[in-house]
Amino acid sequence: MLTDQAGKGARNDAPSRELSAQNSLRTGGDLLQLVSPDGERISHPEFDVWVKDVGDEQLCALYEDMTVIRRIDAEATALQRQGELALWPPLLGQEAAQIGSSRSLRDDDFVFPSYRESGVAYIRGAHLSEIARVWRGNASYGWDPLRINLATPQIIIGSQSLHATGYAMGVQLDGANTAVLAYFGDGATSEGDVNEAMVFAASYQAPVVFFCQNNHWAISEPVRIQSHVQLADRPTGFGIPSMRVDGNDVLAVMAATRVALDRARKGGGPTFIEAVTYRMGPHTTADDPTRYRDPIELEDWAAKDPILRLRKLLEAKGLLTDDVEAQVKAKADAVAAELRSSCIGMADPQPLDVFNHVYSTPNSWIERQKDHYSRYLNSFNQPVEEGAL
Amino acid sequence: MTATMIKEFRLPDLGEGLTESEILSWKVAVGDTVTLNQVIAEVETAKAVVELPSPFAGTVAALHEQPGTVVEVGKPIVSFEVDDAGTSNGAAASAAGDRSAVETSVKGAPAAGVVEAVGSPAKREPNLVGYGAVVEHTGRPTRRARGQMQDVKAAEPQAVPIAEPAVVRQPEAEVHERPRSTPPVRKLARDLGIDLELVPGTGPGGLITREDVQSFTGAVEATASPVAQEGRETRTPIKGVRKFTAAAMVESAFTAPHVTEFLTVDVTATMELLARLKGNRAFEGYKLTPLTIAAKAVLVALRNNPTLNSRWDEASQEIVQFNYVNLGIAAATPRGLTVPNIKDADRLTLRELSAALTELTDTARAGKTSPSDLSGGTISITNIGVFGIDAGTPILNPGEAAIVALGAVRKAPWVVNDELAVRQVMSLSLSFDHRLVDGEQGSRFLADLGAILADPAMVMTMI
Repeated sequence: MLTDQAGKGARNDAPSRELSAQNSLRTGGDLLQLVSPDGERISHPEFDVWVKDVGDEQLCALYEDMTVIRRIDAEATALQRQGELALWPPLLGQEAAQIGSSRSLRDDDFVFPSYRESGVAYIRGAHLSEIARVWRGNASYGWDPLRINLATPQIIIGSQSLHATGYAMGVQLDGANTAVLAYFGDGATSEGDVNEAMVFAASYQAPVVFFCQNNHWAISEPVRIQSHVQLADRPTGFGIPSMRVDGNDVLAVMAATRVALDRARKGGGPTFIEAVTYRMGPHTTADDPTRYRDPIELEDWAAKDPILRLRKLLEAKGLLTDDVEAQVKAKADAVAAELRSSCIGMADPQPLDVFNHVYSTPNSWIERQKDHYSRYLNSFNQPVEEGAL
Repeated sequence: MTATMIKEFRLPDLGEGLTESEILSWKVAVGDTVTLNQVIAEVETAKAVVELPSPFAGTVAALHEQPGTVVEVGKPIVSFEVDDAGTSNGAAASAAGDRSAVETSVKGAPAAGVVEAVGSPAKREPNLVGYGAVVEHTGRPTRRARGQMQDVKAAEPQAVPIAEPAVVRQPEAEVHERPRSTPPVRKLARDLGIDLELVPGTGPGGLITREDVQSFTGAVEATASPVAQEGRETRTPIKGVRKFTAAAMVESAFTAPHVTEFLTVDVTATMELLARLKGNRAFEGYKLTPLTIAAKAVLVALRNNPTLNSRWDEASQEIVQFNYVNLGIAAATPRGLTVPNIKDADRLTLRELSAALTELTDTARAGKTSPSDLSGGTISITNIGVFGIDAGTPILNPGEAAIVALGAVRKAPWVVNDELAVRQVMSLSLSFDHRLVDGEQGSRFLADLGAILADPAMVMTMI
């Protein structure tokens, strides 16, 4: 499953439906799956051990996490349509990829997300108001990165992979036992930044995990045009081992992420994970996917829905009791209500706030500019004297 | 009492900078009861067809626009009659001003209702201003705690021995504005071990220039610019590295009783070894000199004579025996004499030692030796042979117990097997601190060092 630098261990015995027909040179691994779309637990000789500690209670907790972040997403989308958020990048369909990976992290690990990882932010401990305020346009940042070891989301595609690699090189210099994880999408793997990051991560064997959520669409560009090999094959050229996992299978994502983090902590260097998932919503609330996407494709992926799949597993195990259902619903309702109230009740930023975080220490130049701007603003309040001109 | 109010929903900008949208269809009619986020209309923007979810739970009071009309962003499109006091949903509180949802009170207790809706600041975040400046303590582990960074800063003072004591930065209790300068000048100051806080700036607005830093160190004047030249003599102010060197030598010479011993050795075998290693592919690209081998020999000889690698701690009345070797190498630099050291030199292979020596001398000659490289030495070598000198009585680097001077390697007549032969010969001079090193220990060390240089294979007997 883990392809090594020379491509040894690569398996061609389970070609993917999408790509194998187009490219017979495929060298990537097959798709790791621990729970089938029908909710059936599939045992795997290598990866079972990595999730053997996930018992009934944790499965229910994962179900709750995924349900809650889907609810956050729905509420935020509604808030945008109601004029309370300027923009929102939906995560619908990617709940297993975000929860399975973020729940595998330690508090002292450092995460560099893209703009779509609102579910990850929630799990790392960002307040709902902190998640909302950037998209409302009230602040240029969400949370204190050092408080929850989560960098502020990057809008620039893929640049956070460089930040993550640099941070991981710093971890090496410090001799720390911390792992670093960068989230990005399929489109980002076509960017120079991600490729440069992989060069450095491989050269320095930095403790970084490249977590690629392949949601199949870079806005309107399908992944099949961006890459003629599976995305998990791209890092092979850099000498970075990769895994290709079912991104809608929370257990598979968890197992793969744990393997990668463990490699990082033990000095094994970088790992690339391609979590194969699907963006069921638009790119952002300003996008209309029906203009470029076949509705049948959406139907196909709806059948592989990550929450539905875990639901089926829980039902089969007899875990989805009325109590659990009620508890999960109550939690999701409460979180959605808090997101709404904190968003609508948010104080507008004041003009002078723009000077607040330019420097971390006092700076007389900024103070001077602030003073000038303050006087400019005050000039609007001065009475105009007749004949003064 | 069922107080209700009318709330308007104004058309929002649905897609990053749109000014208008067309109402395609209404999904509700006047009088319908709607829940929060229930779809009430379908709207087409320049970018997409989207569904509008209701921002309130209540009853539709009025639809202001017909399907098919293009509506400007900000115009009211629908009014709702909702229960007062936030019973419509968990978060009826709406921002006043230009937000899309605007309240107009009717019936019941209007004023109270409006005030309540606008108020309720419980969920607000008054700390939006100044958020980033406040350090929140959550007890979560972070990899690089602030404390660690302060540790580094606090360690700086003792790591700047080359600069005058006044230059040493005191750890500060409060943060204040850093001195105005430019990145290259900051780096220069850092390289020289100078705290910019102490340097007066002469540039525009108090900017600290390169010249300010250089004149502050005194290095420029000390080495290059004689200040007062009167006929037959040149007077140069004593400052900078010269002043420091003088103080260190005086301190060393008049606190540690020096003993110096000499040994002249046939180093032909060492020179042959050097020639062989230079042809060895493993050493390709490495600079190998007699100093390289001699340094290694010193490190080996110290194994059996650790007393030479120690320090007299007058303050605590203790002899400190180092279980590591930071090997100092005296270097003539543009700024004067410095003795940077190679940390943990005893753990280095010959190749690593060679690389470290090259780096150390290159860095020193470029004047870029960092303060930390200048402190913490445990024993030193001075290579006076490069000047063609044979022997001398070196003065100890303060705090160290021994220093070895390497003489020049020369061809000389030498007795081999009771016959005269032309051999390559070198003199070794060893000074040691007689307070803690006795003649026996110093002599044994020097003899071991000589034995290795005379026959490198003797290392076999020492490790």
